[in-house]
Amino acid sequence: MLGITDIGIWSAYLLCVLSTTLCVGYGVLNWNKEHVYEEET
Amino acid sequence: MRVVITVLYLCIIGFLGYLGFKHTKDSKDYLIGGRKVHPAIMALSYGAAFISTSAIVGFGGAAGVFGMGLLWLTFLNIFVGIFIAFVFFGKRTRKMGHNLDAHTFPELLAKRFQSKFIQKFAGGIIFVFMPLYAAAVMIGASKFLENSLNIEYHVALFLFAGIIAVYVFFGGLKGVMYSDAFQGCLMLVGMSLLLFWTYNNLGGVTAAHEKLTAMMQNPQVLTQLSQAEAGIAPGFRGWTSMPEMFSINWWYLVSSIVLGVGIGVLAQPQLVVRFMTVKSNRELNRAVPIGGVFILLMTGVAFIVGSLSNVYFFEQTGDIAVLAANGTGNIIPVYLNQFMPPWFATVFLVVIVAAGMSTISSQFHAMGTAVGRDLFHTEGKDEKTTMLISRIGMIIAILITILLAYVLPQIWSGAIAASTAIFFGLCAAAFLPMYIGALYFKKISKDAAISGMITGFITSLFWIVFVHIKESATLRISEALFGKPSLAQGSILAWVDPIVVALSVSIIVTIVVSMIKKNDLHEAHIDKCFEGI
Repeated sequence: MLGITDIGIWSAYLLCVLSTTLCVGYGVLNWNKEHVYEEET
Repeated sequence: MRVVITVLYLCIIGFLGYLGFKHTKDSKDYLIGGRKVHPAIMALSYGAAFISTSAIVGFGGAAGVFGMGLLWLTFLNIFVGIFIAFVFFGKRTRKMGHNLDAHTFPELLAKRFQSKFIQKFAGGIIFVFMPLYAAAVMIGASKFLENSLNIEYHVALFLFAGIIAVYVFFGGLKGVMYSDAFQGCLMLVGMSLLLFWTYNNLGGVTAAHEKLTAMMQNPQVLTQLSQAEAGIAPGFRGWTSMPEMFSINWWYLVSSIVLGVGIGVLAQPQLVVRFMTVKSNRELNRAVPIGGVFILLMTGVAFIVGSLSNVYFFEQTGDIAVLAANGTGNIIPVYLNQFMPPWFATVFLVVIVAAGMSTISSQFHAMGTAVGRDLFHTEGKDEKTTMLISRIGMIIAILITILLAYVLPQIWSGAIAASTAIFFGLCAAAFLPMYIGALYFKKISKDAAISGMITGFITSLFWIVFVHIKESATLRISEALFGKPSLAQGSILAWVDPIVVALSVSIIVTIVVSMIKKNDLHEAHIDKCFEGI
């Protein structure tokens, strides 16, 4: 697929995309959470 | 054209440094940006400080030799360097830093374990060894500037160091982070264009990969790979395949490049301090997606383009990349100058300079604060004295860095990659077990933290000087004392990175001492550390 057959390289490609998706998903889902000003606690 | 664009870029950097200076009122502003930095600025600054010239030019060139296996490092950079770092380390670091009023990474560890020794020792490691890493980045950026603007190396070096010194000296961490964010944006645009251009010129994603895979069927390529100048270690199976498991090539790729840099990033003082610059965890949540995408586009593109450059070089010159460019470090610069449109090479020159500047400015700031806050700070000193000592420390660190950057290329050909690996490895082995313990384990004792730090530091140094052949052969201390470049010469151990051994030893020592010697810190202090966590 996409000209690459080695499973090791494919896994790396896939994990790069998945981990970036994880970062974006985490940020979007928690965009307004945990907003506590230290001074206001 | 190149000079005009470079001058325009430097003017913007100068303005952002001035902005930082105007916004810096006290030592809290100077050291940690007043704890009120915008999440986008924080994320871009973290990414730009993380990704240096050596990541793009050095490791991009390494991908030209090792192939796409380096994408495992991109995965670790995103998953460990961003997600784990921000979510599992960043939030606790920010809160604990605020609870203990810590302004630097060594100060955070020292206040958590109530040990001045930790602060002095950690500050000492930063002040003594970080100039090596800073010099490595500076050599890469200055050489690029030398080739692109046709100026002497020492002129490029002083120009580079002088500009950074001014905006770090006056602007503090705010000046550094404002300019980092601007430089990060430039890097994003430049790398996106580079990826598009490379795939487009090779006929698309699939066609490009197929051409790279097919190169291993070419007898001429196989002949070139066996030449000593190519520097290809046994076990290489092609640029779109992982090396043979447990071969020298595999060990070097996995232990040094992937693990060494991928894990080492968690305990980098100049990156950890950025977690303490935001006012709440919401800012860290918002920084995660920006950081993830940034790192994917930086290292992912550098490694893919570095690998694919082999197709370009072979089609145009009949040689594989490392032979055509005459060395790993030249692959990306030569590729850009020969195969990209002239306007793009000019834009990318600024991208490379930005990558170097954003990392070095953070290093200068970390070295300055190591002196002003960690080594010579005493309670009760006023704000201005702390800032003055930090600035004096910074000037000393800058002078040491310039001296190293001037001397190292003349006496040490592999200085860039080795210096970076040495600092990352030392930081991980000395700080990481203690840092994890500080954030997650209330029962870890002060003695355990100190024991782990010292054994990690000593083991790492021993492995670098006497065992890991990449560094020990260059340093020649093992050769002088024992008559051979590595004590493990001929064994696979000579290729195992110091971080694998030293970090393991450091973790074991920290756990064992913690089990033997119970925590003697007051419960009230522990409660204060973990308040709100």
